[in-house]
Amino acid sequence: MKLTVNGIDHDVDAPPEMPLLWVLRDLLGMTGTKYGCGIAQCGACTVHIDGKQQRSCVTPVSAAEGRRVTTIEGLSEDGSHPVQRAWAELDVVQCGYCQSGQIMAAAALLAEAPEPDDAAIDMAMNGVICRCGTYQRIRAAVHRAAELDGRRSR
Amino acid sequence: MNGHGSTRRTFLKTSVAATGGLVIAFHVPGAKRLAASGLTPAGGFAPNAFLRIGEDDTVTVLLAHSEMGQGIWTTLPMLIAEELDCDWSSIRVEHAPAAQAYAHTAFGIQATGGSTTTWSEFDRYRQAGAAARSMLVQAAAQEVGVPVSECRTGNGVVTASGRSLRYGELTAIAATLTPPESVPLRDPSEWSLIGTPTRRLDTPEKITGRAKFGIDVQLEGMLTAVVARAPSFGATLKSFDASAARAVPGVRHVVQVPSGVAVVADHSWAAIKGREILDIEWTSGPTSGVDSEELLAEWADLTRSPGVTAAERGDTADALAGAEQTIESLFFFPYLAHAAMEPLNCAVRIGPDGCDIWTGTQFQGPDQMAAAAITGLDPEQVRIHTTFLGGGFGRRANPAADFVSEAVHVAKAAGVPVKTIWTRDDDTRGGYYRPAFVHRARLGLGANGMPVAWDHDMAGQSILAGTFFEAGMPENGVDPSSVEGLVDSPYMAEVPNHRVGVHTPDPGIPVLWWRSVGHTHTAFVVETLIDQAAHAAGADPVEYRRKLLAEHPRHLGVLDLAAEKAGWGSNLSAGRARGVAVHESFGSFVAEVAEVSVSGNEIRVHRVTAAIDCGIAVNPEAIEAQIQGGIAYGLSATLHSEIHLKEGAARESNFDDYKVLRLAEMPDVDVHIVPSTDPPGGVGEPGTPPIAPAVANAVFALTGQRLTELPLKL
Ligand code: FES
Ligand code: FES
Repeated sequence: MKLTVNGIDHDVDAPPEMPLLWVLRDLLGMTGTKYGCGIAQCGACTVHIDGKQQRSCVTPVSAAEGRRVTTIEGLSEDGSHPVQRAWAELDVVQCGYCQSGQIMAAAALLAEAPEPDDAAIDMAMNGVICRCGTYQRIRAAVHRAAELDGRRSR
Repeated sequence: MNGHGSTRRTFLKTSVAATGGLVIAFHVPGAKRLAASGLTPAGGFAPNAFLRIGEDDTVTVLLAHSEMGQGIWTTLPMLIAEELDCDWSSIRVEHAPAAQAYAHTAFGIQATGGSTTTWSEFDRYRQAGAAARSMLVQAAAQEVGVPVSECRTGNGVVTASGRSLRYGELTAIAATLTPPESVPLRDPSEWSLIGTPTRRLDTPEKITGRAKFGIDVQLEGMLTAVVARAPSFGATLKSFDASAARAVPGVRHVVQVPSGVAVVADHSWAAIKGREILDIEWTSGPTSGVDSEELLAEWADLTRSPGVTAAERGDTADALAGAEQTIESLFFFPYLAHAAMEPLNCAVRIGPDGCDIWTGTQFQGPDQMAAAAITGLDPEQVRIHTTFLGGGFGRRANPAADFVSEAVHVAKAAGVPVKTIWTRDDDTRGGYYRPAFVHRARLGLGANGMPVAWDHDMAGQSILAGTFFEAGMPENGVDPSSVEGLVDSPYMAEVPNHRVGVHTPDPGIPVLWWRSVGHTHTAFVVETLIDQAAHAAGADPVEYRRKLLAEHPRHLGVLDLAAEKAGWGSNLSAGRARGVAVHESFGSFVAEVAEVSVSGNEIRVHRVTAAIDCGIAVNPEAIEAQIQGGIAYGLSATLHSEIHLKEGAARESNFDDYKVLRLAEMPDVDVHIVPSTDPPGGVGEPGTPPIAPAVANAVFALTGQRLTELPLKL
């Protein structure tokens, strides 16, 4: 099966029902995408498929075939995506385990809604659990990323 | 020069050869703390290595503690850099290996927990930096031919007699010098880093997916395992048939280990699939019938009779009988899972030269001993490579070394390197919970409304009993971690007649410390009772506390600051109310004012104003983050989380039924730090205890309903 991840084509030998999460992590060695629950409850495994946020733990790899998969490793070359810059500026991370999912969810939100209000952020980000409790800074950083992004496109 | 000194010089030279730089080693200060802790040190003061300076000027700081989100990846380097005068951007950070040299200065074993890292390393890491600087200065003086008094340091450079020498250039000479026994540390007035909000050094890795957690470890030839564990606590394996599991493509081995049956496969998915169709029979054990609702009901009865006395003064019965008013409350606390975002895991490779373990652990010392016992190796042959921890909260500091021991057994039985991973269900149902507790308290108030008697009995499992920490328990068998925050409460100190009795039933459920340990329940009990007393006395909750805390300046300081910043007493929009709580834990004092509303049976927390006095605030940026995080963690337990045991097993298994706080519920938390020159206290845990009572007290102010059970249910 052919899988396109971060613009690179991979030949993958996996059963079609194998979740994309494990294909990424265990077969392709891309461990930035995290396992947290396996049942679409925590968002740690969030990736983009054709630009939309998806929970890779419940996405059979066959459903990603022929589509554009983006993971945290491919969000930017060097951590310079506005969301990543905002995250660094506001010192968001703690243990960091949930943050790939948080950042991917935030990037997908901003791609759709360049200037989200708190309600839109709460809605889009509520599915990504952070046990370290970085939520407050995440909210602020999404706003900051919107600002940084706006500046870039202007 | 004595033999010891030359050994150390040899060590330094060897280290230079091995690393192309300088390793600073020296004696560990902290003998007093070690003695004061009452815990037996595992072996005196070995020479230590906390930093390495490369010829390229990089300063590599080795962490004796584990980074699990609390920010010590940044705070400990700050301590070294403060004395070393290096360029902050030249700092690199690594977890230290497991070695006695990195034993905790108070506990004597290599461990991270109890909110101790900053204070326990405050001297040692500054000394490490100061010793290095002094040797670099000496090297420069030698090179330039001037006395050391004519050398100045700054930004990783020594200047002397018009010459500038980079630290990297001086490593070769410095490496030939004898490390000083101790070096005077800077006066706080000279600090430029300590007290300055400093951003995390681990951010670049953690925002790009490059940070390696235990679950990310993947070595050549390493397989992945999941373990089928007993369906109820205490059940044992009767028999299993692995033929179907073995037929799953990718499954390589199915092996029996003490905790169950491991399915070892090419990748996680195959292992999970193989386990699903594993045919196993179990024999129930003595714990297999445990029901937590029944336990709590039994313990509520138990608290009607006096437990083992943990604190006593005056004549409580008499004073209670003569009180103007009495308040009686019964409190219930469930078992709780830590539910760190990264489920447990541990990678193990056993080879002819020893055993390598990669995992995110808070307990390198005990883990190393456990692995040595299983493999028959010497502890030094067990090399622990600490990865980042995807949260710890106490679960990764297990005296029983459960997840490490099991993984070593799996690798041993399979005969190949194996990474054992736990699914979320495994992690939630795996035990080592915050123990459930029941408290029953009667408070007698005098004519002036102030408490004159406090009679208290509680029941719940001991965390320390049965572990190697048991030796540190008092003779009466009362676990200090059950009563912390209660028997040492400043309020209790002000009540002339009081008695605390403790029942310690043992239903056999594995329990463990959970962020802020005993304070998770005692703070709720104490701060609810005081709020009830204030109400009964017709007093304002803050004013009432102020009266009781008059002789406790640090409690009072945070209470006043939080109340002021929260606008205590000012008008709120309709449908909102405030509640307050103040509590000391882990050497720090925290007051929180919560602003809540209620709609239907749902409690919403809108805003929390927190004040902390943690002594010297080493990194205010990290302190703010830890208080926010500690409050979020506490809010999960306040509003949602609970483990119900049925038939000896947790009913909950994943985030759909073990609910935790989500982003939309996160209040705005303002954190205010009391300026202080007191020695540093803890920061990782003290934010957690006050939040539940602050919220419950606000709910009472709003609705008149006094909630005495967590999670709060309207
Ligand atoms: S692992 Fe996919 S949502 Fe939790
Ligand atoms: S940063 Fe630790 S779980 Fe979010």
